[in-house]
Amino acid sequence: MTTLQTVFAKAKADNRAALVGYLPAGFPSKDGAIAAAAALVEAGCDVIEIGLPYSDPLMDGPTIQDAVHRSLTNGTRIADVMRTVEGVAATGAATLVMTYWNPIDRYGAERFARDLANAGGVGTITPDLTPEESGPWREASAAAGIDTVFLVAPSSTEERIQAVADCCTGFVYAASLMGVTGARESVNVAAEGLVKRTRAHTDLPVCVGLGVGTGAQAAEVAGYADGVIVGSAFIRRMLDAPDEAAGRASIAELAREMAQGVRSRG
Amino acid sequence: MTDEGSILTAADLAGNGVHGDDPDRHGKFGIFGGRYVPEALIPALDEVASVYEKAKSDEQFLREFDHLLRTYAGRPTTLTDVPRFSEQAGGARIILKREDLTHTGAHKINNVIGQALLTKRLGKKRVIAETGAGQHGVATATAAALLGLECVIYMGAVDCERQALNVARMKLLGATVVPVHNGSRTLKDAINEAFRDWVTNVDTTHYLFGTVAGPHPFPEIVRDFARIIGVEARRQMLELTGRLPDAVCAAVGGGSNAIGIFHAFIEDRDVQLHGYEAAGHGLDSGEHALTLTAGSVGVLHGSRTYVLQDDEGQTIESHSISAGLDYPGVGPEHAWLKDTGRATYHGVTDDEAMAAFSLMARTEGIIPAIESSHALAGALRLGRELGPEATILVNLSGRGDKDMGTAMKYFNL
Repeated sequence: MTTLQTVFAKAKADNRAALVGYLPAGFPSKDGAIAAAAALVEAGCDVIEIGLPYSDPLMDGPTIQDAVHRSLTNGTRIADVMRTVEGVAATGAATLVMTYWNPIDRYGAERFARDLANAGGVGTITPDLTPEESGPWREASAAAGIDTVFLVAPSSTEERIQAVADCCTGFVYAASLMGVTGARESVNVAAEGLVKRTRAHTDLPVCVGLGVGTGAQAAEVAGYADGVIVGSAFIRRMLDAPDEAAGRASIAELAREMAQGVRSRG
Repeated sequence: MTDEGSILTAADLAGNGVHGDDPDRHGKFGIFGGRYVPEALIPALDEVASVYEKAKSDEQFLREFDHLLRTYAGRPTTLTDVPRFSEQAGGARIILKREDLTHTGAHKINNVIGQALLTKRLGKKRVIAETGAGQHGVATATAAALLGLECVIYMGAVDCERQALNVARMKLLGATVVPVHNGSRTLKDAINEAFRDWVTNVDTTHYLFGTVAGPHPFPEIVRDFARIIGVEARRQMLELTGRLPDAVCAAVGGGSNAIGIFHAFIEDRDVQLHGYEAAGHGLDSGEHALTLTAGSVGVLHGSRTYVLQDDEGQTIESHSISAGLDYPGVGPEHAWLKDTGRATYHGVTDDEAMAAFSLMARTEGIIPAIESSHALAGALRLGRELGPEATILVNLSGRGDKDMGTAMKYFNL
């Protein structure tokens, strides 16, 4: 199993940023999601985030909402998410689950952490779990030996960045902008400042997500961050593709461009 | 707000902690409440909390709020005895708190005026809001027009259709109405969309949340601004009947009108508090909004509370003939009142609510909102249980003009 620590150590040794790809489980189909993630790994993604589809994704923009809705319509359950993690982890990529808190809460924190670890998952990203409410999840994750990643935002005060970073293991997720997920024309200038501020509070790697959609943007972000997170840009291509195979080819092409980007720090 | 000319006191507004049931500094009512939101929103929530904390004991703020409630919203609202309606309630004496007589026609105006004043203190020029039945949207658009704020209302596409009149009212008041086509296309999806707007525009925008749900400090702030309903009613009941009511009844969707009338009675341990949720087509049909009566503890829209959810935490779509009660979550303070046993919650089906709606119109000449009709149906039931000596106070939270389309269809008018 590849851990986040290994991934970031290796990327650092190569003087590049890590490339993190996001796809929801069950999209475009249960097996199609595993195949798509494998294509991303093959094309150069170091870390894969598997999204757990949730009925009320209030931090997601229209692209991910659409994919998640299709996944839920496909009948995706948590067991499918775990199977997806297992399939993706088998490719050798460090595999995380990104999920809103309620599905874990309902499933049971200890059970979820244990099942995820057993599936070969290395941790979770929980965008709506604040430090104040994170105690039970951090405990369960530590017991299962998986990492916990939380988000900081451009609006975060120094105290909040410290509080969030103190809850993170693996890396800190820096949201590049004030807004929801989705590719943007340019990566917000606030991102670099946020990464700098975050580094003052932690030695953990800091990865930047929200709004990254091209190789050039990946290169730019790789200039100051330890990892570049891409989600909606991949999903957009899959939604626009005529079939699953074409979608895979299309996201592999973009992932190769991104992989090159993180190796040519802007 | 007591006698004519005097002003709302800090204690009227927030109870000044006399109830000992205020949330803690993390916004927890027992295990309920708190904040489950993207980190990006935390500074804005902190700002709202701290501006409100100062405002609630600030003389000038209290004066402004009181002035607008009195001269604009039409407070205090009256109590109305409804003897002909009460005949169907085993002879128990039912008394209505007439929030339907406020400007814009529902209790929502109280919270909206309070938060619109807060928006000015926050230095923000734009408000956004979600709406189900459209009452909160109309109230928000109204207050925004009054105070010169830009206003955007998110409303589920299904609700836009069943409450078309309110959509027109909001537009007339200068608001932009955005129909939400995601998910169940009702209130919960409108809330998701409003949160997405807020996280994007938080520097300029206040999310004028419409009910006692959501992340801290909304459950506390919305309650405090709605609290005037119960503060007035308690005093008026003593004046009218010489004693406190045996029971207080209110409809519960998100729970703002219910908390508004319950809160001033919480310390009166002999006064029963009854909340009525929408049972839609009945519990067994699966088509209902029985969050407290049939839901389970989870997290929705930023707070821990009772939720309609499946075994894996996916929100189950609610159903009610009344758009204002068609919500799969509920305010965390209601969850707390339920678990502590201080309040009791029941279901009222679409059919029961519509029967009470019609009965109220025919016996008393009052056309209630279908939301409020759930509380009326509950009071009919409760009256038969408590007997003819009982006095029951019902929050008539809104008027039914907006529901004529639904009524025409339901009764074949």
